[in-house]
Amino acid sequence: MIAPALHLDGSARYDGTPVFSDLSLRVPAGEWTCLLGPSGVGKSTILRLFAGADTGADFDGSFGADDGAPLDGRMALMAQDDLLLPWLDLRANVAIGARLRGEAPDLARAEATLARVGLAGMETRRPAELSGGQRQRVALARTLMEDRPIVLLDEPFSALDARTRSQMQDLTAETLAARTVLLVTHDPAEAARLGHHILIMGPNSVTPVAPPAGPIPRPVDAADVLGAQADLLRQLRGLPE
Amino acid sequence: MSGWRAGILSALLGVAVWQAVVWATGLPRFILPGPGLVATTIWKSRALIAEHALITMTEVIAGLILGTVLGALSAVGLAASKWARTLVRPMLVFSQAIPVFALAPILTLWFGYGLGSKVVMALIIIYFPVTSSFFDALMRPNRDWIGLARVMGASPARIMWHIRIPAALPGLASGVRLAAVYAPIGAIIGEWVGASKGLGYLMLLANGRAKTDLMFAALIVLAVFTILIHAVVSRIATRLLERY
Repeated sequence: MIAPALHLDGSARYDGTPVFSDLSLRVPAGEWTCLLGPSGVGKSTILRLFAGADTGADFDGSFGADDGAPLDGRMALMAQDDLLLPWLDLRANVAIGARLRGEAPDLARAEATLARVGLAGMETRRPAELSGGQRQRVALARTLMEDRPIVLLDEPFSALDARTRSQMQDLTAETLAARTVLLVTHDPAEAARLGHHILIMGPNSVTPVAPPAGPIPRPVDAADVLGAQADLLRQLRGLPE
Repeated sequence: MSGWRAGILSALLGVAVWQAVVWATGLPRFILPGPGLVATTIWKSRALIAEHALITMTEVIAGLILGTVLGALSAVGLAASKWARTLVRPMLVFSQAIPVFALAPILTLWFGYGLGSKVVMALIIIYFPVTSSFFDALMRPNRDWIGLARVMGASPARIMWHIRIPAALPGLASGVRLAAVYAPIGAIIGEWVGASKGLGYLMLLANGRAKTDLMFAALIVLAVFTILIHAVVSRIATRLLERY
């Protein structure tokens, strides 16, 4: 699995109002890039463009993988909503990708993947029986099951409590290592912990910020990580409205 | 079980009011028979009523099954194809402007005096509620589910089969529950217009001969049957949804 770098250059308008203009975004290969910004700045629009989803906006420009090959079939997506299908058990939820492509689902691998995210023995449970943190673990297992070189993360931990969130950050960083990851977030602490590269997105601008040193996930309590978090928050607050 | 108890209490209250009206007004039994007389008639004419009830039940159940299958298939077809929606949906809505009663004579002409025309009648009356409640549910999928499925490489047909249809089954179930109440209406209208069997026919016959007690007896049997079929259909729908 060779993880390609991603790029996006262009402008997006929503009903004539610019969402972002002349944006130039680089997502390096095999590393985590955090796109940090306030709500409504167009972070999710960028992610949705890569995902090929309906953004509701008109995009003028180009985006794709730097190796020139199409993105289809090379991406996995994980969002704030776990998007588990309530009528399927956990194993079937994790294996849904194969079923949606008309392939035979590998249920043994689905069980192993559930075990990897700490849900061993729960494969026949239904999503409704789970806590929010557990459900997001299943969503991670489903993402891992897809085994794609590019992973798009759309605020995947923002609905979790602080403790669960930090645990999920550790687990996700560990299991999605060496992939090209674009993480959209509004949480400076998350960007400070998880970004090999951190980009602050404001109206019409993307500013790279030097991340703290060290491999990800960085410790929650290290002075340089906390310092970087404070610095990121200061820069977010300084953005024009 | 308290639901059942409330139902029985409510039925007893209804019978009491009915008896009170009979006593208070002193209406002759061929205008308003009392509950006691009607009960006696149900028992005495049980063979006759059962024979006709069996016919009506067959019509209702056949109409329900056919109408549900046809309605569900139509809903999926409409949900799957924009062309079908543009071309067929206005026609469906327009068809609802035609009172089903008005169709009964022509259906009898086309499908005969036997079971056929009544089954078609029941089918027509339930087709729209089933189609429209299932269709509405199919058109309200979680957009993010569909976006995720697309990223995973799913075709529209597989998204329909694995996501949209299962997610819309509660909508289909509520349509079928409604249909269980409507279907007997269709069958009875069909029998009124032209039949030699069935509870609707029996009611007309009894009415024509001033056997009001028999008419009431048939009416009560029909009402009880409708409630039963609604309960059974609800039960089946709930069970299936739980298992799903």
